[in-house]
Formats: sequence, C-alpha cells, structure tokens
Amino acid sequence: MTEALANSPGTEPAAPLHLAVALDGAGWHPAAWREPDARPADLFGAAYWADLVREAEHGLLDFATLEDSLGFQSDHPQHADDRTDRVRGRLDAVLIAARIGPLTDRIGLVPTIVTTLTEPFHLAKAIATLDYTSTGRAGVRAQVSLRPADLALFGRREAPDVDFLTGPPERLRAVLEDAFDETADYIEVLRRLWDSWEDDAEIRDAATGRFVDRDKLHYIDFEGRWFDVKGPSITPRPPQGQPLVTALVHQETGHRLLARSADVGFVTPHSTGEARTIVAGIRAAQEAAGTAARPLHVFGDLVVFLDATEAAARDRRDRLDAAAGAPYTSDAEIFAGTAAQLADLLLERRTAGLSGFRLRPAALPHDLLGITRALVPELQRRGAFRTAYEAGTLRGHLGLERPANRYAHL
Amino acid sequence: MSNAVDPPARHNDRPRKRIHLAAHFPGVNNTTVWSDPRSGSHIDFKSFVHFAQTAERAKFDFLFLAEGLRLREQRGRIYDLDVVGRPDTFTVLAALAAVTDRLGLTGTINSTFNEPYEVARQFASLDHLSAGRAAWNVVTSWDAFTGENFRRGGFLPRDQRYERARTFLHTTWELFDSWHGGEILADKESGTFLADPDAGRFAHHDAHFSISGRFNVPRSPQGRPVIFQAGDSEEGREFAASSADAIFSRHARLEEGQAFYRDVKSRLARYGRARDDLKILPAATFVLGATDAEAAERSREVARQQVSGRTAIAFLERVWNRDLSDHDPDGPLPSVDPYVGETTLSRGRADTVSGPDKLRVAREWRELAEAEKLTSRELVIKLHGRHAFVGSPATVADRIDELVQNDAADGVILVPHITPGGLDEFADTVVPLLQERGAFRTEYEGETLRDHLGLRPPQRLGRAAGEERNAS
Repeated sequence: MTEALANSPGTEPAAPLHLAVALDGAGWHPAAWREPDARPADLFGAAYWADLVREAEHGLLDFATLEDSLGFQSDHPQHADDRTDRVRGRLDAVLIAARIGPLTDRIGLVPTIVTTLTEPFHLAKAIATLDYTSTGRAGVRAQVSLRPADLALFGRREAPDVDFLTGPPERLRAVLEDAFDETADYIEVLRRLWDSWEDDAEIRDAATGRFVDRDKLHYIDFEGRWFDVKGPSITPRPPQGQPLVTALVHQETGHRLLARSADVGFVTPHSTGEARTIVAGIRAAQEAAGTAARPLHVFGDLVVFLDATEAAARDRRDRLDAAAGAPYTSDAEIFAGTAAQLADLLLERRTAGLSGFRLRPAALPHDLLGITRALVPELQRRGAFRTAYEAGTLRGHLGLERPANRYAHL
Repeated sequence: MSNAVDPPARHNDRPRKRIHLAAHFPGVNNTTVWSDPRSGSHIDFKSFVHFAQTAERAKFDFLFLAEGLRLREQRGRIYDLDVVGRPDTFTVLAALAAVTDRLGLTGTINSTFNEPYEVARQFASLDHLSAGRAAWNVVTSWDAFTGENFRRGGFLPRDQRYERARTFLHTTWELFDSWHGGEILADKESGTFLADPDAGRFAHHDAHFSISGRFNVPRSPQGRPVIFQAGDSEEGREFAASSADAIFSRHARLEEGQAFYRDVKSRLARYGRARDDLKILPAATFVLGATDAEAAERSREVARQQVSGRTAIAFLERVWNRDLSDHDPDGPLPSVDPYVGETTLSRGRADTVSGPDKLRVAREWRELAEAEKLTSRELVIKLHGRHAFVGSPATVADRIDELVQNDAADGVILVPHITPGGLDEFADTVVPLLQERGAFRTEYEGETLRDHLGLRPPQRLGRAAGEERNAS
C-alpha cells in the first residue's frame, strides 16, 4: 500500500482530503426534482447554478464538476428513453461555468465536454478563456459519447454497431479503446494548444513595433488517427498554464487514459479493497506509460444521501425510489447516512490511496447542504479538511504546480 | 414603443429615429493602438468587464465581439505588428452576462468550422444564461489555412460558403424552434417534468447536414438569438435580407451609407419582410477632442500610431502579394507590379485583395499617390487611417444623428482604438448629448436585446418532426 501512495500527492497520512461536488440537474436521483426544496423550474437559468456553486464554495470544496451531454438524458446507457417524468434538457456546461466564474472567488469550475464530437481547437480556447474569466480556476472533465442518438445530432460519424449491454466483450473493449485513444489525442491537443503561447510571448515592443515575439508562439502540428491540428491557439496561455484535466473511468482502458492524460481521475470503487485494486491499476498504468513521476490524483465517486440520522437518510432514499418507481442504481457506491458515518467511510477509503472524493448529491440542494454544512465541519473537526482556502488557483488547491511550458527554451 | 422622452418631429415630418449604439471590443488589427500607455490587456477579463460595464452605463444596445480561428500570417510567419490573440467568444460572453444586466451580447461565430447542433445549443444556453441578450454574427470562411485547425480541414469551395451559411443558420432555427416554450412543466405533484414527449424533436437532411434527434435546450427567452450578418458582397447582402436581424456594415459615411441602406432595405420585400425587420449598423471609428480642431489633431496622431512604416509595408504587401520588406515606407509606392498568382503572402484575412483586382488596386493607389504626392505610408494612412467620426462631442453627436436621420444607418457600432478605456469618453460626453435631443434612450425600456433593437419576436418554423415542415 505504501508504494501505491508514493506517487500520489496529498495522501500522506496527515494530508487533508480533497473534496469535489458533482452537480447534475436537480441531483443524481431521478426523482430528486420532486423534492419539496428542489427547484426544477430553475434548471435553465443562471441563478440556480450560481446558488449551488456558491454553496459549494462556502464549504471550501476544491471544485465543482458540471455534468453535460450533447443530447437528451436517458436512463438507458445506449438508447433514448423518451421519458417525461425525469429531468430532461440541459444548458451547455462550459457556458454555465463561465457564467458562474465572476460570481465566485476560489472554487474550481470543471465543466464536462464531449470529446467524441466536438473540436479540440474550440474547446482548448473555451477552457483557456474560462481560466482567464475565473482567474485560474478552470478545469475540464473529458467524456466520451458513443450513444447513437448523440452521434446523430452531428451526423458526422456512424455509431458503433454493438449492443452496450449484451455485445461481445472483446468488441465492446475495442470500441471503448478507440474512443479513449481519441480522447487521449484530444487532451494532447488541448495541452499542446494551452502551451502554444509561451507566457512571455506578448512583448509590446514599441521600438520594433512588434506586439508579440513570434518565436514564442508555436505550431503544435498534431497529427493523429482522428484529426490533425496545426495551432497555435488564438488564446494566450491561460493563468494556470495547464487547466485541470479530469476524467471518470471504470475500467483498465480508462486507467491508461488517466495515466497518459489526466490530473485527476474519478473512479467508482464499492469497497476499500476495490479502491486499492483500482489505485494499483492506475499506478501500474502510469509506470507503463512512463508518467509515474507526474502527480495524478485519484478521487472516489460516491452518491450521497445525507441526513441527521441514518434512518432519515434511508427513509429519504426509499421515498425517492418509490417516487421514481424503481430503486436507484449507479456506477458509483451509494451512501445513505450521517455526516459522521460518511466521514468515517471517506477516511477509511483514503487508506487505499484515494486522495479525495467527488460526491454526487442525490438531491439538490439538500445533499449539497449536507456536504457543506455537516460533512465538511465533521472532517474539519478531525483535522482532515481545510478550514480556509490557501491557494488562489484550482491547481493550487490540489497541490499541483503551474507546469513549465513544453515549448519554452530552457 | 413607449418612450421616456417623446421624439421631436423632424423637418420631414417623420418622427425622429431612435439611434442604436453598440460597442465593438477592440480587435486584432491595426485599428487597435497597443503602444499607447493607456492601452491595457486585450485578454484579461477585467478589460472585458470595464468595456461592457461602460457600454451598459451608457445604455448601449449591445457589445460586439469579432472572432478569428487562426493567427494571421504574412510572408509565412505569424503577423506580429498588431494585437494578437483573443478569448473564446461564447465563454467570454457568458462570463460578461454575470457582470451586466441589460447589455446585448453579440458574438461572431463561424458557420464553416462548427456544427449547427453545437452552435444552436451554445446560443440557446447563452440566451438562457443572459436572460435574453444573445446575438450571433454569422460569418463564413472557406480557406484551407483556417481549416488546418479543425477535424475536417478546409473543405468548402468558396462559392458554397454562403449556401452553407444559409443552410447552417436555417438548420439552427429548426433546432431553436423544436421547442415551443412551456414544455418544462416540472410539476412535482403529478411527476410530469416534460409536458410534451416530443419536445425538441427534429430532423434535417440536405447536402450539408444530415442530422436528427432531440435538441436538448428548451426555448430560450428570445426564442432565437438576434442574427447579424457582416459580409458586403452581393451574396452577403442577399443573405442578410433573407435571414438577418441586423447588418454589421462597413459604410459609415453619409452617401455610401445611404446607397447601402437603400440597396439592402429594398431587398427585404422579396422575403416578405418589413423595412424595420433589418437594422443597418455600420462599424465606426471615432476620435474626440474638446474642440473640432483638437480632435482633428488627435485623429492625425492616432492614424500615425495605427499605421507605422512597417504596418504600411504590410498593407502594400497584401495588395502586391510580394515581399516588400526592403521597400521604404517614406518614399513612393513600389514601381514593380503586384504578383497576380495565388495569394500566399498574407493568410488568415478576410480583406485580402484577390486575383486581377490587385493590378487595378495598385494602379488606383499609384494614381492617387502621384496626384497628391503621398509617400507609401501617407497613402495607407489616407486610405485606412481615416476615422469615421472626428470632432467635439457635439460635432460627433450631430454626425451620428445625421447618419441615422438621413437613412444611412439605424445606429452605429463604435470601434474604439484603446482597450479597455476607449469607450469611456464617448459614454461620458457624446451619449448625454444624444439623449438630450431625444435621439437615444436614457434608460433601457425592455429586457432583451430584441427589445432594445425594436425587433419582433421570431416567427416559429413549423414543427420539424415531419408535420407542416417549413420549406425555408
């Protein structure tokens, strides 16, 4: 276990935990929008999201992620469900993050982007700009989409001809590997474009009339299986140098993606033993990719129902399940209990080499308030969470340095 | 429209037109003077906040952002004499929505290197997040040079760019119109979130786009963003007449403005549109001074800052299509003729003179320079360094009002030359004069950009899912 910890920043026994919140619609439970304190009619306006992120900032969380999808949400992993009793429709997550930036000061903003269909050139400047508008608090969660309904919205590529639930495992693995390889290329392009301007490229040299030193602007000349991108970016290097890159992964293919490309990986262990196996897998992937020296945080994802008593939390979960018509299931472990119980669980899971957690509130704002008003104070009492923001940037919250520019002459 | 101040009747018995004012964030060309000590960052968000809040304080209709998707090159290298670099249009506009309440947010977005679904989703999101203030300046490009930054490369024949733009725009309309408004029921009691199981459903198939599914952003406050068009060609004008709410034009002088105004407005009837359905808003530079004489002197100084000797050479090279780095800007024009082959010297600009036009333009320039005994630099200043409005605040207010009341424009999009404070003086001195004479609003009268511009709500296209499909 100690080897597993060796490369993981912030996970020495005394190191505080990192906490992020994953915001999605009215919460992660499909019936959350029907709760008395839910604001389902406000989902398509700025105030709702601003209120949630400000609350997360009040709780000193490292960052908030914003879920997104190009197409309609669906309960089915592959196909549209055309339900009318669930939250359907959403705003672009990058633009929500941009809209919230000026209303917050310290919390990191990590919108989801879909790497399968969008242009890396556009998203590189969008996330760089988010980093400027939030003064160094931008990140991105890279997400693959292979849903036929999403691909049809762009009409530029065929959906993989395989059933996600019952298809042959080798075929599914191959499809996923392609998608993750493309995502790795995509992130490589983002990172090169972010570095395509050296920090001191803008010289404003009145004597020679030159605004930039063009020797400090770099073509990235990326050539890959899915796209070629010339560069440089039209947007100068962002305040953090490299905004935070994150991804949620579930399998070995995903471990390779994290090892190659990410600063933070979100994983979904259901036990401490499973967490240990996953972390070991990721560290092995880092060794194989030659990136073992690069800091890579591994965060555990959990869906949380938080109440003053365990019984109240379970009752609420049951009530929501009844309203939804079926027990809620998730890729992530589902926790229902008190803040003290959750603190116990997180601190135990941390021993497996996780340096933080991304909590998915089952219902909003209830379970976000459970995190910020109960869990955070509980962790603070145990000396396991910050009592004030110490850094000014998202990378800073996570103990990550501002990286040197890959193109700069030393 | 109810006005706080009743417009005084004009000599021609027509009510005084209300002027629309907008502000173009200083761009990446030689209009922007970066060497001035007052010149600040063109990237830091603080600059955008200052600029937008000044525009809103002055009750402007909107802020305008240009866009470019590849850094310009000249002689095979990145062009370094002008401001270089800019933020992402959508992202900066969404952030500005947080620090302004009423100001319209107009972004230039390319219809060649994007997909309709994604752009529609971004504009609908921006319109929601700004409570109805989004506008889209639809531009097209065709060049493989810019295409090198994108998945599909430069694939578009030049003569298809407007066809694609029109199809692209109309496809986004189908997406916006796939929601009526009111589908988000969100009734906790009954458990019905969506009132219509087909909300957002669309299908569009043509030579450019073959897409179908469900658009996942409910109808936004303006229904659709306000549409701008900026091209000046015959096709561009026709595109504007058929599809745009406003034109970002380049004709800010009275006679040419009137000719353009007449031409474009006369095209509207063909599309069943009224004269007021399309606003003509020329871009306009300006230099103010305490007196007209002081302003004229400042204008000359600014022009010399905008056109340095090296900048003048760069202008000549774009016409001559030759390396003129050894040419003396303070002497006569080059004696050699332009190279009329493929334009390779300057890349990434929309205004590069093409083909045989180069010889004609060079001849005209030579004639002008000889007639007026101008050096290369003086000629470029004469051609490109003139400011649309120069004078005391009272003179500039008169000129703008004159332009609008005489149907050369419906307002102007001001292009300051200093970032970010270049609008301050105008806001403080010219705007009050326009307000005093009842030519410009003293308070916002509506919530949305459509309200500010006096535009009617967009008429929804027929249901896209098959029934009563609109042919446009």
